[in-house]
Amino acid sequence: MNLPFSPVDAVDRERAPRRITLAHGSGGRAMQALIRDVFLSRFGGDGPGGQTVLEDQARLPLAALAARGDRLAFTTDSFVVEPLEFPGGDIGKLAVCGTVNDLAVGGATPLYLSCSVIIEEGLDLALLERLVDSMAACAAEAGVAVVTGDTKVVPRGAADGLFFNTAGVGVIAPGVAPAADRARPGDVVIVSGPIGDHGAAITAARDDLGLDADIASDCQPLAALVQAMLATGADIHCMRDATRGGIATVLNEIAAASKLGINLCEPAIPLREPVRGLCELLGLDPLYLACEGRLLAVVSAADADVLLAAMRALPAGEGAAVIGTVHSERAGTVSLRSGFGGERLVDTLLGEQLPRIC
Amino acid sequence: MKYLSEFRDPEQARQLAAAIAALLPRVRERLPQLGERPLRFMEVCGGHTHAIFRYGLNELLPAGIEFIHGPGCPVCVLPMARVDDCVALVQREGVILASYGDAMRVPGSRRSLLQARAEGGDVRVVYSPMDALALARDNPQRQVVFFALGFETTMPSTALTVLQAAREGIDNFSVYCNHITIIATLRAILQSPEMSLDGFIGPGHVSMVIGEAPYRFVAERFGKPMVIAGFEPLDVLQSVWLLLRQLASGRCEIENQYLRVVRAGGNAAALAAIGEVFELREFFEWRGLGSIDHSGVRLKPAYARFDAERRYALNSPAIADPRACQCGEVLKGVIKPPQCKLFGGRCTPASPVGALMVSSEGACAAYYRYRHSGAEPVTVIDKPGSEEKVNRETAESRR
Repeated sequence: MNLPFSPVDAVDRERAPRRITLAHGSGGRAMQALIRDVFLSRFGGDGPGGQTVLEDQARLPLAALAARGDRLAFTTDSFVVEPLEFPGGDIGKLAVCGTVNDLAVGGATPLYLSCSVIIEEGLDLALLERLVDSMAACAAEAGVAVVTGDTKVVPRGAADGLFFNTAGVGVIAPGVAPAADRARPGDVVIVSGPIGDHGAAITAARDDLGLDADIASDCQPLAALVQAMLATGADIHCMRDATRGGIATVLNEIAAASKLGINLCEPAIPLREPVRGLCELLGLDPLYLACEGRLLAVVSAADADVLLAAMRALPAGEGAAVIGTVHSERAGTVSLRSGFGGERLVDTLLGEQLPRIC
Repeated sequence: MKYLSEFRDPEQARQLAAAIAALLPRVRERLPQLGERPLRFMEVCGGHTHAIFRYGLNELLPAGIEFIHGPGCPVCVLPMARVDDCVALVQREGVILASYGDAMRVPGSRRSLLQARAEGGDVRVVYSPMDALALARDNPQRQVVFFALGFETTMPSTALTVLQAAREGIDNFSVYCNHITIIATLRAILQSPEMSLDGFIGPGHVSMVIGEAPYRFVAERFGKPMVIAGFEPLDVLQSVWLLLRQLASGRCEIENQYLRVVRAGGNAAALAAIGEVFELREFFEWRGLGSIDHSGVRLKPAYARFDAERRYALNSPAIADPRACQCGEVLKGVIKPPQCKLFGGRCTPASPVGALMVSSEGACAAYYRYRHSGAEPVTVIDKPGSEEKVNRETAESRR
């Protein structure tokens, strides 16, 4: 069942129970109440085409899309995170940012999102409401409308609290074409801010670690930042957001696709002290820690200053910095020059990073 | 960050490197028997190996000084049979195995703990044995086994956890003890006929527990200087300089560079807890090194009820290391990782054959990670000089 979120005739206004039960996924009144009270009330308003009746799909007017560009960008992502709420964000905000950012780094203006949720029986309804509040606030900040969605409830134990999936549609303006294989020798690598905040915040927030670290996730939409970058007129050769696997993984993908080498300068890479400290403590490498609100751009050295100025003018890019260069040696590899002058390879991560004992 | 950036200052590192270069000719003058061969210092501890590679300290040192990467990575020297025991435990009904993250990827003879978990085993990564005890408290109907490993560094926390479990009378908690002692291993290395070392960079965290005195035999009986060192790049460089200073002046002592952490007498409370809970085993099997007398500890009979070996009658049948694997020779400093026949080919961090490829503190994994592009056999990406050297070594090892 797929319900667009738009105003609906008043159904029974029964009070929703405190916890999610299997009845909320049954297709009956409890489910209608859940969709109406939790989701529609937050994402509602008129549908994209002035749609006022719930249908099985959202209907997107083509003319408005075509006016903004010549290509659609379409992406989807699923979100599972433990804990569901963490310093600097929650899974709801994450579900919006993840998809919005995947659209944005393709040079697209994100416009529409879907929101599917799989809820474990027994989830606290107040928590669900907080998470959807957070989604709605983040969608408003990013300038996207949540226009369709779905809810499922599974028995206790069949999911871990709640999983989100969002898909998104955006429009790419003519001539904008960042791609992983477009890096050129002499280009520079720009990061939009300190790395690893999200991965560090999640690690520190896990109960079993018992750490009291002052670290917040960098989870934030990057659509406005990307539009500001495009508005400079600079040709952005490559652009990616650094999520799972951190900046190391993204840069390895760019190096491989462009068949060039990338050399990073360790002292230039922005890294917050508490994140550095956590990494030291657990033996983690911040280059591989996930970010949820940072992007990497590869651009001509001549464009770097104007881009940095445009990025730093926005909160999402105030920590932007040039962190490395592209060269034609050692194709497909990423290396890192330390403050000591020593150089090492930055390989793709093998599996999950596991903490060290000593 | 306090206590970090102070010990990572590139300018001071260059000054130390210059001081080392200035001292080196005096050492060579004093030790004519060295001939042309480089001075070889073993860094015992995996933490030092990691720092050397991460900061490229090799490159800062003048030619004529080599680091030999020692056995001080507890994960690396863990024999496969012990991992197999843990996998067998995990497959038992009702058992939760709590492990440090490091041990999750160590290959057993058939599978690692990561694989056992994927097959449905209940394996939890913990940061401390106290977390494992909390798991036991929270799951009274399950049996929680803590996979205890590490040198004297992690022994006190295991001991204190066992004491706590005894105080609370928690009977669904036990420890699979794989703790090992560095002293017996150092002795074994020093007695090895293949050994040609000129000094030791001594373990920092182990020494925080045991102090300086247990190392005296290294200087007194075997005539090798040792400097107990911290883990930051300046710590390691300063320790090299201190070793050279000893050699240049004909001294041979146990020196302590890591004064901000290590006290001469160690940590009395930690030693008391170790003494209360553990006793020496007659011998313990090390991966790559074989059996070493008095190199492992087990729980004393008074704490037998917390001993998973007794509770589950684990007896670790010995499993030979893979035949072509040369971890033992690397551990003893006889060969460098790229000289091993399997390095970078059959043995990579993605599918390790030898234990040294498993942990980020293992010498082979460090070589691979920081120097190997993955495409070619071995490429050193820093100085042309050292590139030739390692490639030559690889070529030789292939003959």
